[in-house]
Amino acid sequence: MIWVNDIVQGVLLGGLYALFACGLSLMFGVMKVINLAHGDLAVVAAYLAAGLVTVLHMPTALSILVSIPLFAIIGYVLWRTVLQASLNRSVLTTLLVTFGMSIVIENALQQFFSANSRSLSIGALATDHFNVGSQITVGYLDLAILIAAVVVLLGLQLFLSRTRQGRLIRAVADDREAAQLAGADYRHIFGIAAAIAFGTVAVAGTAYGVYTTFDPTTGTTQLLLLFAFEAVVIGGLGSLWGTLVGGILLGVVQDIGAQISTADLLLAGQLFFLLVLVIRPQGITGSRRTA
Amino acid sequence: MSARTRQPASVSAAGLAPGVRVTRSRRSAIWSGLGAIAVIAVLAYLPYRVYSGTTSLLVNFFILLILASMWNLLAGYTGLVSVGQQAFFGFGSYFVLIGALHGVDPFVGLPIAVVGCAALGLVVWWLLSRLRSGYFAIATWVVASVCYLIIIRYPSLGGGTGEFMPGLPNINIKYLDAYIYWTTLAVTAITLVCVYLVLRSRLGLELTAVRDDETGARSVGVRVGRAQLLVFVIAAAGCGAAGALEVISAPYLQPGPAFSVQWSAEMIFAVLIGGIGTIEGPIIGTIVFFALQQWLAHYGTWYFIVLGLIAISVAIWAPRGIWGLISDRLKLFPVGYWLWPAGQRLGPPEAAVAGEDAEQVT
Amino acid sequence: MTGGPLLEVRDLTVHHGQLRALYEVSLSVGVGETYAMIGANGAGKSTLLRAIAGLDRPTSGSITLDGVDVTKLRPERRVASGIVLVPEGRRLFSSLTVAENLKVGASYARKGPWTISRVYELFDWMRDRRGQRADQLSGGEQQAVAIGRALVANPRLLLLDELSLGLAPAVVRRIYGILPELLATGVTVLLVEQDVSQALAVAARVHCLLEGRTTLEGEPAGLTPASIEAAYFGLAGPAGLPQERP
Repeated sequence: MIWVNDIVQGVLLGGLYALFACGLSLMFGVMKVINLAHGDLAVVAAYLAAGLVTVLHMPTALSILVSIPLFAIIGYVLWRTVLQASLNRSVLTTLLVTFGMSIVIENALQQFFSANSRSLSIGALATDHFNVGSQITVGYLDLAILIAAVVVLLGLQLFLSRTRQGRLIRAVADDREAAQLAGADYRHIFGIAAAIAFGTVAVAGTAYGVYTTFDPTTGTTQLLLLFAFEAVVIGGLGSLWGTLVGGILLGVVQDIGAQISTADLLLAGQLFFLLVLVIRPQGITGSRRTA
Repeated sequence: MSARTRQPASVSAAGLAPGVRVTRSRRSAIWSGLGAIAVIAVLAYLPYRVYSGTTSLLVNFFILLILASMWNLLAGYTGLVSVGQQAFFGFGSYFVLIGALHGVDPFVGLPIAVVGCAALGLVVWWLLSRLRSGYFAIATWVVASVCYLIIIRYPSLGGGTGEFMPGLPNINIKYLDAYIYWTTLAVTAITLVCVYLVLRSRLGLELTAVRDDETGARSVGVRVGRAQLLVFVIAAAGCGAAGALEVISAPYLQPGPAFSVQWSAEMIFAVLIGGIGTIEGPIIGTIVFFALQQWLAHYGTWYFIVLGLIAISVAIWAPRGIWGLISDRLKLFPVGYWLWPAGQRLGPPEAAVAGEDAEQVT
Repeated sequence: MTGGPLLEVRDLTVHHGQLRALYEVSLSVGVGETYAMIGANGAGKSTLLRAIAGLDRPTSGSITLDGVDVTKLRPERRVASGIVLVPEGRRLFSSLTVAENLKVGASYARKGPWTISRVYELFDWMRDRRGQRADQLSGGEQQAVAIGRALVANPRLLLLDELSLGLAPAVVRRIYGILPELLATGVTVLLVEQDVSQALAVAARVHCLLEGRTTLEGEPAGLTPASIEAAYFGLAGPAGLPQERP
């Protein structure tokens, strides 16, 4: 029974990873760009939420109503200025540029904020939990984050499949030039996709800040980018639901690793990822050739 | 660095008109070589002249220069973007530490660390060789994180908190600093000469072909996998050497800083700013890096933020870097070929094949 | 309308890198006309269409549509002014369904007679299979969807690049069979066709390119097989022309 609880905890942890992964997955799927600054942007979102809570006395959960549109605007502007220009050079340049952004963001955070770690408070919800049977404990917060991940993924899925903009995004992802011939300005469409991806980063960063503590270097020291990417790859590229599966698998494997020894939580996840990469680079659910 | 010339006989096979000559170097290369020897001689004499604060700074400079040259060899010539070279840097340090804990002199541990990191590079390449582009970049980062997670499992190596490295020769600190400085200088010189020789070799030509068009290179018979493997292993060994020098110059070793992605950032920024895909670029970039670091030393990490922003801008808007802006006039360490139309002598060439200068075919 | 030609291309030169693909090509296409470009592989026909659609930037020369200079417009802006290209190799959005492909084509459409349901009437099989992914269609079906995707944008000038590429003769005949219906709605057609007899059969005027230069232009009735052969292959061309006009 104790193993069942471990798996449940892993699934809940996987919700957080999936939430992190969906923005990365969207940008990778549409623009073929891996945003290496993804993790650090999430930390910025956490600091933004902390700022909104302190300055505007907003409840944490409501702060995303401000941070999502703000991040969406940042995403669009960043795409239309820096990122599109680097993609015009080469995919390699996008890697170098987003990696540079990651380091710049992290050092800037260190410059403006103290190295002390912070967290976002949401009151009693943070520690409350309920029991299923005698062995399984489910935290309300963990459950809320998993539900948030499912809602975000469902929303993205519906947006991409049902709306005009979503259709255009998929068309541009398929064939940029053909989309131009249909009258679509791919730079604008890419910008919209980036805006949505950044919006999800705002949600993920806030969720992370509630879930645990963060400091300026959390993006790289806590491997946020790596976990997000691992969820995308394990699940299989180009499938949003695969991303959820990948996040959950990563969470479960980490939780099982933690049973061997607490220090091995991270190692188990990383080794699992490398294993998937070597044995099945197209991911668990994927069938197409990747990498 | 003599100016080798190839005779038309070997060239006509490449489909050039008879009488066209291809040369590897210009006379300037001889002067560059002499200049480099002079610079090394002056640098080697420094410990007799300056305080050890200056030489320690230069040790850090050389360590970054080695890292930058290695990353440049990897990314600039094979198109493999690694953000996980700190794996080899960290293991370079730890190999020396492990040796020292077992009574091996750290200066002897250095070559052992180089060999060890080359072996590690072989294993990592076997793991990652099928990956490209972003997959490769992130996978290298994951490997570095795995290395860190493995090291901290060993309390005998200091676990997560760090360990002091014993075994440095028990001599006057002034002499020790000088020895460390000379060792670092020697390793740096060897590294740069290695890079130069690699790029001048057939391998260098293959690498450039692979970088520019992997499929095309494959189709003309370049053994792409072998070329990339060699470079990856060389880069691993070089970064290992840098890590070994780091622990010798600062003998308290902590796993966090040793395996920090900050090292990747430093080498990437230096290379991008100096000019990726050239031998001179990393040198220029490292000089800019240290100049800015000294200049903005009182403003915390601002120098690093500024460097990052410059590197980003350079990557997008001036991808050939600072050296690219100068190199049209000058080439210190030529590794390419020049085409000389029939009848033209070595000297300032006029409009040659398809440019204002004799065309360099790298 | 100004009464002049709909499309006027003047002295168009296009480079692919160092290579010159088109040398000062000029042509004009009247309203409602069907105009065919012929020539061997690599003659520059597709480059010409891509340049008119805005995908390839000319080094010099100008392109005007109904008296308005469009040379500097980005491709997506040219769609709004009425130039729509059906590209070589169909280039459907492969992960989208047939219906979605058509909807994307209609996203930035001008006002006009063509709607998605009208396209379904034109190709009667299409409505039933509108939910199918584009990459599951046969080559001929994909070509039909590509034409439909262009039509729903309501082009004034429709550029058709190598419609018959890789298709069986019967399928090609069916595809060309819809041309009269397009022309009846006022669309002007500029097409590239490698099959000379096909081009001569459908076009009011043909224009032959050889290595990027114009070698021949005129109405099919006024051209002899010998003059076409000379223009197609150059003066020292080998004997044996593709099937002559029926």
